[in-house]
Amino acid sequence: MIITVKINGKTYKDEVAPDTVLLDYLRSHGCYSVKRGCETSNCGLCTVHMDSKPVLSCSVLAVRADGQEITTLEGLQKEAEEFGAFLADEGGEQCGFCSPGFIMNVLAMVKELKNPTDEEIKKYLEGNLCRCTGYQSQMRAVKKYLDFKQKEEQK
Amino acid sequence: MFKAQNYAKVTSLTEALELNKKRTNKVLGGGCWMKMGKKNINTLIDLSGLGLDKITETDDEIIIGSLVTLRDIETSPVIEKNFGNFFKDAFTHIVGVQFRNCATIGGSVFSRFGFSDIVTSLIVLDTKIELAGGETVSMEEYSERDYDNDIVVNIHIKKGGRKAAYESFRNTQTDIPVLNCSLAYDGKKLYAAVGARPMRGKVSTMDCPDVENSEEVFKFFEKIQAETEFGTNTRASKEYRKHLSLVLLKRVYKKLVCKEGDAK
Ligand SMILES: Cc1cc2nc3c(=O)[nH]c(=O)nc-3n(C[C@H](O)[C@H](O)[C@H](O)COP(=O)(O)OP(=O)(O)OC[C@H]3O[C@@H](n4cnc5c(N)ncnc54)[C@H](O)[C@@H]3O)c2cc1C
Ligand code: FES
Ligand code: FES
Repeated sequence: MIITVKINGKTYKDEVAPDTVLLDYLRSHGCYSVKRGCETSNCGLCTVHMDSKPVLSCSVLAVRADGQEITTLEGLQKEAEEFGAFLADEGGEQCGFCSPGFIMNVLAMVKELKNPTDEEIKKYLEGNLCRCTGYQSQMRAVKKYLDFKQKEEQK
Repeated sequence: MFKAQNYAKVTSLTEALELNKKRTNKVLGGGCWMKMGKKNINTLIDLSGLGLDKITETDDEIIIGSLVTLRDIETSPVIEKNFGNFFKDAFTHIVGVQFRNCATIGGSVFSRFGFSDIVTSLIVLDTKIELAGGETVSMEEYSERDYDNDIVVNIHIKKGGRKAAYESFRNTQTDIPVLNCSLAYDGKKLYAAVGARPMRGKVSTMDCPDVENSEEVFKFFEKIQAETEFGTNTRASKEYRKHLSLVLLKRVYKKLVCKEGDAK
């Protein structure tokens, strides 16, 4: 099946097998930030944006990306660096393996939720597992980043 | 991960039905469950060209296309207007936002898992499942059926009749539930379902002119607890589930009858 997909602003036309998942397809186009951390759709490491919504690229078939716009961390360098600095400052990046998927979901959350409560933040990020941090530092980083974004908007 | 040889994005339900007659062909929902299996599939039948990704409101019902995702339902203003937080409460613990942006209502209804939060929520509302070929069955009846090669097209939920609340209990936040429970009221009758027992939810009803009469309602709950079958699996024992059922029923009742703010 031939699909046409926009990845980080660039359009690709490719022949894909019906059982290829989006994750492997994206990696074949050099998007190495997209990683597989589990076999059970549970870890969130493979998060990318499809049509602006965060999805698990390990679970979506590449054929379903036909005609869609996909964004990976490679396409959001500026935002990722900005939030990444908060994450590093708070010690929310230890081994760093979970970071790309986590950052992608945080960036999706910032777009979708207005002034989220702690509870809403936790619910939104619940599907991103991290073996190292215990989540407290990640939570601090997210809240400081949200504050920063809000102040920036008010300027 | 499953293997698939061919892919067919069908242009009609007739075409999908024809392809689905073959046992080795499979309808594709969000693919989240299928990916966990190792099936050898001949042709994947994709319904995504049929416009089944929409939630529509008519005068008397809400129609949810089979490819609508769990997250779409959770965030839909139409669903919120008609059912409040009911579906949010039911779906919010299912894995994570990204997962729920992929998993579909059609795949969930067809799968009718014993642990399903989707079945336990739909079943206490007046819900009908529309299958390809024209047949329409109640959620209750569909959930009891043996698996066959039917195709779920739309989910129809009657509007205005029932107010409902949902509770589940999990060992850890995003795990599948140890037990789940829903309760609906239409002014005359209470409809209760306890699911993930680990078997599917079944509906018990009670004539109930006065929903605030908790003594009568609790007797009904105790009867459900006594008469319902519970089972043991890796997540919990049947004794634990039985005990928990009454706790959850009382919690969900509080949620249903208490006005915002006085739910203590
Ligand atoms: C890791 C994990 C955790 C989960 N946790 C929970 C939980 O806590 N609570 C809960 O309620 N659920 C849970 N689920 C189930 C989930 O909510 C969905 O019900 C499930 O993924 C099926 O939906 P899908 O769109 O992915 O279906 P698919 O994987 O695409 O399909 C599943 C089956 O349904 C068939 N099918 C799909 N669409 C149709 C259709 N329109 N008509 C006929 N047949 C169809 C397929 O052929 C396949 O046999 C979990 C699933 C996973 C993978
Ligand atoms: S790789 Fe773990 S959820 Fe996708
Ligand atoms: S920092 Fe190591 S898994 Fe999150």
